[in-house]
Amino acid sequence: MEFQSCVKIINEWDIVAARQLGRNVAKELGFGTVDQARITTAISELARNIYLYAGQGSVSIEKLNINGKSGLKIIAEDQGPGIEDIRRVMEDGYTTSGGLGAGLPGAKRLMDDFDIESIPGEGTKIIATKWLR
Amino acid sequence: MNQLVYDFIKQNQDYILTEWMGIMKESTDERLIKVVSDRMFTQTSSEFIDMIITNVDSKNKEFTLKLSDFAEKVVQLGWPLTFVNEGLHKFTLIVINGMVEKGLVTPDNQVNLVNHLDKWATPINNEIVNIYTQTWERTVSMQKIALQELSAPLIPVLEGITVMPLIGTIDTERAKQIMENLLTGVVKHRSEVVLIDITGVPVVDTMVAHHIIQAAEAVRLVGAKCILCGIRPEIAQTIVNLGINLNEVITKNTLKKGIEVALELTSRKIVKVEG
Repeated sequence: MEFQSCVKIINEWDIVAARQLGRNVAKELGFGTVDQARITTAISELARNIYLYAGQGSVSIEKLNINGKSGLKIIAEDQGPGIEDIRRVMEDGYTTSGGLGAGLPGAKRLMDDFDIESIPGEGTKIIATKWLR
Repeated sequence: MNQLVYDFIKQNQDYILTEWMGIMKESTDERLIKVVSDRMFTQTSSEFIDMIITNVDSKNKEFTLKLSDFAEKVVQLGWPLTFVNEGLHKFTLIVINGMVEKGLVTPDNQVNLVNHLDKWATPINNEIVNIYTQTWERTVSMQKIALQELSAPLIPVLEGITVMPLIGTIDTERAKQIMENLLTGVVKHRSEVVLIDITGVPVVDTMVAHHIIQAAEAVRLVGAKCILCGIRPEIAQTIVNLGINLNEVITKNTLKKGIEVALELTSRKIVKVEG
């Protein structure tokens, strides 16, 4: 880890701050416009989930450089209610808030690696990575 | 005001001013130097010190008026709040140090003097912070209103055809306005086709898409058709990745194409006049 910065998600405008940060880092790393859009959209989804379900949390952006491969890592963390059934929320069209139900599965498809850890009642941590090709 | 402090400040006004300006110039960061010219700095500084000194002997009400005038000026100049606060703090320090040098401070009255100066400086400090926040709050609320006015305009371009160009981030508040303006506008302008242009929307995530789908559905219910245009290639790819189904909405990549389709839908076309 050589670089990390963090945005606290408390209100709706923090979502914009988080994805702005993500876009800037993605640009610095040399991602193309399509991947920049993918990364910002994924951050937007994860940050919005924090805002909607947990109330508050944080989104951190990390630059990665492993074996000469660089990438961008998003860590979205909250101490919210947690997810009861992770398999279910990764299904397309499942929603508890009347949305499209495409947020988490969509974010997974937008990124290369995607990992959820969640303990009901304690919180959720999502780590997603996009590699520079 | 303690007579001792009062006399000292009155007698050493010039000394305090030069001392203060020297210290402040040293301790300010580059950010300030950039925004303020040298002459402006000197002028405003002496005004600041003058004002503090008048507080020593003027009535409270008069001073508050002066202070708010000054604070507004400083805000306009773009002086950081920390600078003004620091300035006040440095002022009391100079006064105390100066008094120590002159031998006016004795172990007996030391605590008393410091307490006294503190009691005098704190209300000024609070007032400055107060005025600053008020000015900022006013600016922010003005901008909020300005932004709201810009947020969801609906423009009738041809008979039966209206365009809603969207620029910038869409949040829940704005999404609500888009929906409202769209529906009232469609009825008011008797639109048959409404074009929503999202060229200027930086990120289309599921929430934005959801609002667009809902808006299109609502437009359909009031008897008009909705065309979504300005979908950039990268946005198209993220929408596909997200797995969002926009089949119910007619989509075009530019507003120009959208208008062509809108004309087609209302059985019209643009012809070049011959001759």
